[in-house]
Amino acid sequence: MAGISLQNVIKRYGKTEVVHGINLDIAHNEFVVLVGPSGCGKSTTLRMIAGLEDISEGTISIGSEVVNDLPPRKRNISMVFQNYALYPHMSVRENLGFGLKIAKQSEEQIIERVNEAADILGLDELMDRTPAELSGGQRQRVAMGRAIVRHPQAFLFDEPLSNLDAKLRVQMRTEIKKLHQTVRTTVVYVTHDQVEAMTLADRIVVMKDGYIEQVGTPMDVFNHPVNTFVASFIGSPPMNLLPATVTDGLVVFSDGKSLPLPTRLGPLVRDRQEVIFGLRADDLTPVGHGITSGGESAQLTLDVILSEPLGTETILYTNIAGQEAQGKMFGPRDVSPGESMTFDVALDKAHIFDGATGASVRAR
Amino acid sequence: MRSVLRKRLGAIGLWILTFLLMVIMCVPGLWVVLTAFRPNSEVLAKPAIWIPENPGFGNFAKIFGFGADQIAIPVTAYFMNSLIIALTSTAIALLIGMSGGYAFARYRFRFKNGIFLGLMLSRTVPGIALSLPIFIIWSKIGLIDAKLGLIIVYVAMNVPFTIWLIDGFFRQIPKEMSEAAQVDGCTRWQAFWKIEFPLAKSGIASAGIFAFLTSWNEYALASNLTRSTDSKTLPVGLMDFTSQFTIDWAGMSAMAVIIIIPALILTFLVQKHLIAGLTFGGVKG
Repeated sequence: MAGISLQNVIKRYGKTEVVHGINLDIAHNEFVVLVGPSGCGKSTTLRMIAGLEDISEGTISIGSEVVNDLPPRKRNISMVFQNYALYPHMSVRENLGFGLKIAKQSEEQIIERVNEAADILGLDELMDRTPAELSGGQRQRVAMGRAIVRHPQAFLFDEPLSNLDAKLRVQMRTEIKKLHQTVRTTVVYVTHDQVEAMTLADRIVVMKDGYIEQVGTPMDVFNHPVNTFVASFIGSPPMNLLPATVTDGLVVFSDGKSLPLPTRLGPLVRDRQEVIFGLRADDLTPVGHGITSGGESAQLTLDVILSEPLGTETILYTNIAGQEAQGKMFGPRDVSPGESMTFDVALDKAHIFDGATGASVRAR
Repeated sequence: MRSVLRKRLGAIGLWILTFLLMVIMCVPGLWVVLTAFRPNSEVLAKPAIWIPENPGFGNFAKIFGFGADQIAIPVTAYFMNSLIIALTSTAIALLIGMSGGYAFARYRFRFKNGIFLGLMLSRTVPGIALSLPIFIIWSKIGLIDAKLGLIIVYVAMNVPFTIWLIDGFFRQIPKEMSEAAQVDGCTRWQAFWKIEFPLAKSGIASAGIFAFLTSWNEYALASNLTRSTDSKTLPVGLMDFTSQFTIDWAGMSAMAVIIIIPALILTFLVQKHLIAGLTFGGVKG
């Protein structure tokens, strides 16, 4: 059993603290994705787990062992790097077998493990090539193969798909998920791409500026973001965040337009409270073009500024109280700019965040 | 049609230019080699005799002390001195160059840029300008006419260059290579020898050739710091062919050929390792 546990982990470079006391427990065989914008400390956290960066304070344990002072080679983990870091002077076969050779495994054992990994990842025909002779996707697969041959306690992925083109990225994403289902092991995966995080993770860890903002299942983080940062970071297009004031059971925007306060959230706000009203594009739909949830709803008439047809749906850009807001039109028809449309607002799906702190009013 | 012709003519023009440049560069060397195989009487002939009329190994026999008119020059001793001094100083310069280059490429430390700049600036001082101070210091500590004295000087001359060159090569190798190796079970040391060293091999080889040739060919400082067969190197030995009134050009040329040959052999041997761009493909898509 090898979960990973981070307790109060702090990382400083000189006097600058970049990771501020992180606490995280990753269960055995769990697929955890660290996601956040660049500079949020996610890669540093991963590298601390790998042992490639020292920990300034706190403890990291893998399994039951505290690994703070263990070098990477003694942590029984493997890592897939953003640039793959394949050894250019070795064939694919040698790349795969390198770790086992260093560990002084027997020749037969190495051949068996390497072939097993090659089978899982479909590398059989590439075994005698060098990395320079491989395409991006193939290199990616070799890098994963090199990680699995050693049967490590945990896999660490550092933005492994960011060098691939969009199509290949989607394909490799599926392969990584499949791989995790075949080779059940603890995985810590770092990405800045929230779609990758949503699709791959058992649990998502949203990070910002060296702090963990929220930990939860993808649906949990999507449906119940704890603050405006998570709300805007997870989900595409990002959630509309509209400053407003609560007045007499209404959410009043700065231009005087208002919506009823969602009953579910009513008890959680004070009258006259400055809030940020959060609404996903999926929940702002032209009448007759929505996905009816049958829940509490209201209507707003808005001018469409711009439309982006995506085929099955069209993203509509509108303006609520001087603030850009995006809606979605399911079963779309052609929309001309400037057209005035009446939108259904799914109030039961709406979020309310405190205007000053940005924290969800449900969070307390 | 016209543009094709123009391109052709351009290409031919470039070839002719290249040929001319090569002639200018190679003729003196060729003259030395030809002279090594001709009797002294032909050397000063007017008009000049280009192709030796009576070619032979007479000059070589002479300087090695065979035949009738031998000149007593301890070529073997000079050769051994040169070899020992050049190889030792190259080995040391490479070792320091590798450690230094690796440190500059991989680690952050205080005054890093200053130290690097200082190393490079030390190359801007002409070696000969230091000959007097070195001579005085060496004579005080007894390093005049000692191989060690020259070795130290050559190491000092070569280290800035080897560090600079090797640093560049290590810089090209992404640090993730070594990290991947460490995660794969290597110690830092193993990661260096098994991954980073093989990838930087071509750079290290170039640095080695350069250091060797510098030490092998150096004349000015060696002529100051050496006295006898204990430490005299081949280039200094060339001066043995000059006497008060005559210069034995043919013998000198024969000796020059002896100096050139090992350098040529070495360059050819190492040349095949000079394939750069080996790291390409290991990273990125």
